[in-house]
Amino acid sequence: MEPVLLRSLISMGILGVLLGAGLAFASKKFIVEVDPRIEAIEELLPGANCGACGFPGCANFAEAVVSSQVSANGCVVGGAGIVDKISQIMGVESAGAVIPKKALLRCGGTCEKALDRGKYSGIEDCRAATLLGGGTKACSFGCLGLGTCVDACPFKAIEMGDDGLPIVNKNICTGCGICVDICPKNLFTLVPETSDVHVLCASTMKGASVRKVCSAGCIGCKRCEKVCDTGAISVTDFLASIDYEKCTTCGKCAENCPTSCIIVLSHQERGLVEVDDIAH
Amino acid sequence: MRSFRGGIHLEYAKESTERKRIIKMMPPEKAFILLQQHIGAPCEPLIAVGDEVKVGQKIGEAKAFVSAPVHSSLSGKVASIASVPDCRGGESTAIVIESDGKDEIWEGIIPYGDDLNLLSAEEIKRIVREAGIVGMGGAAFPTHVKLSPPSDKKIDSIILNGCECEPYLTADHRLMIERPEEVIFGLRAVMKALGVEQGYIGIEDNKVDAAERLKAVIGDDSSIKVVLLKVKYPQGSEKHLIDAILHRHVPSGGLPMDVGVVVNNAATAVACARAIKTGMPLIERVLTVAGPGVKEPCNLEVRIGTPFEDVIAECGGLLGSPTKIIMGGPMMGIAQYGLSAPVVKGTSGLLIFSQKEKGRIWTGPCIRCGKCVEVCPMSLIPLELSHLSEKGLFDEAEEYNILDCIECGACSYICPAKRQNLQLIRMGKAEIVAKRRNKLA
Repeated sequence: MEPVLLRSLISMGILGVLLGAGLAFASKKFIVEVDPRIEAIEELLPGANCGACGFPGCANFAEAVVSSQVSANGCVVGGAGIVDKISQIMGVESAGAVIPKKALLRCGGTCEKALDRGKYSGIEDCRAATLLGGGTKACSFGCLGLGTCVDACPFKAIEMGDDGLPIVNKNICTGCGICVDICPKNLFTLVPETSDVHVLCASTMKGASVRKVCSAGCIGCKRCEKVCDTGAISVTDFLASIDYEKCTTCGKCAENCPTSCIIVLSHQERGLVEVDDIAH
Repeated sequence: MRSFRGGIHLEYAKESTERKRIIKMMPPEKAFILLQQHIGAPCEPLIAVGDEVKVGQKIGEAKAFVSAPVHSSLSGKVASIASVPDCRGGESTAIVIESDGKDEIWEGIIPYGDDLNLLSAEEIKRIVREAGIVGMGGAAFPTHVKLSPPSDKKIDSIILNGCECEPYLTADHRLMIERPEEVIFGLRAVMKALGVEQGYIGIEDNKVDAAERLKAVIGDDSSIKVVLLKVKYPQGSEKHLIDAILHRHVPSGGLPMDVGVVVNNAATAVACARAIKTGMPLIERVLTVAGPGVKEPCNLEVRIGTPFEDVIAECGGLLGSPTKIIMGGPMMGIAQYGLSAPVVKGTSGLLIFSQKEKGRIWTGPCIRCGKCVEVCPMSLIPLELSHLSEKGLFDEAEEYNILDCIECGACSYICPAKRQNLQLIRMGKAEIVAKRRNKLA
């Protein structure tokens, strides 16, 4: 063997052993203790870093759980499945999952049903359009349909429908609430997954004013209030709202609503829809 | 010639109205006096539905200091206090007055005379406040607030803004030509109110005739100087006016008073002069009605509260159906959803455009040519700001001083890719301001 080759092999070998020993020493000496529970919990979390728990990301949430800042059911996205597991890791009794919630758009003013008062040719963002006197929709409460919620949804659960209103895919929506925060018209609300009857309008204008601008708006006629057997519907400020705990989903209110702004979801295509399960 | 860094050269399109005398429009049959026509607290109505009111009578006032009272511009009866469409695209509360056709002046109107020596600074401030005078260039900031700076701010100069750098608008130009005495009287009153020795009138080089008229009135009084400035947009922005005339730089987030200056519009000076000379509060203003969509473009002196429809009817009506209606100038004005809103104190113009002028459907990607950086009068980086805003990175945009943007629109105007830079920046600013407010709450 060439002496040059031999020499370099030996010197590199010695160097390797020395550096290796140094690293081994450093890893023992300067070790940072990480609570293994943090990693275990992080593993369980969805990993979308959506921020719905109030922390910047899943790792921060995991740390907060371990340091007992928040309870194990703080992750709405993970749902029932992971609450038990996190509780197990933490050695506490399961806090019980929060009832999963889904986003619902409180507007039924599609392109055909709601009037426009002007043409908009600016940037495709509802927040920018709202700055221009509330946007081009004649109803000041209505959905502008420029799709800011579609872009903001970290789970791609919202699509823009052909009728100009966004559609929430019930199977993918995790109830993180990002669309609730970003909608400049405050049209999204989180409703219990089990609920089936909803008011698709957010207008508190008087009935006559609503009728001028939209044929699908709540006019505050109180017919729903009268037909409801359980007192689950109440009309305040010319707008019906449903108490989901009392609602038996009998659907009488929807049948009697003159503008069909109250709907039974399982009979409808609008609002939340079931689309073939993709990932979950 | 004096000017500032950046800015753009526009097609001014002022020919249609700049040589026409101001026409006094007859009082309308109905006036809609909005309770908030200014920056600050909205007024509370001082009258009830059914009351008789006369021209110049105070009908709304707020207790807050940053506010301005509103006055009846008609004599007649208060028909209702209702929500009406406003020029910002929403709805606001207004006092609706039906005219009795007599146009009687309120008994409480007393002239204060032509001699400023007989009035103290405090009296002038009180008259200006009582007359409900606000900045008439568009922003409508209460003038008496500008005249009452905090004691630690020493004001040494007053600048009267006669630039009118927006295309189409010629209302201030005509005011300076037709009523130069009132402009100068108003400026002297403001100088007296602030105890300032030096006043300047900044006028763009395309209004030499107005400058000549003003100089003739000033005579050899050295305390007022007329300064001709380069024709460039946005020369009428107060920060740039101060830069061009006095070479002082208003710090980021600061106000003109931080560098010892107060800037007022020429039309505001005329309003102050009228309030002192005749005692009549701000009940009418001059505005330019122009654009290819209106039959007879002109400068009109109209009562506050006149619906835009009546204003357009006075100008011969519309030519065809308009595609864009703007209150104010085409660069910084507010697009209207219709003609139902009333004239407010800050209405400097009403522009009607037809299909040909309205454009910009196509928007391309940013090619990073840097033209917007070149023209930005605030020395910002509009391309960066609009990108950050587009991506929702508002915190970073704030670090790039997005809040210093004066929303002149030069970056959108110059962009070869026709990106809507200003709209994106505006959205970013609104999001940042909303976030700050939430933090405080």
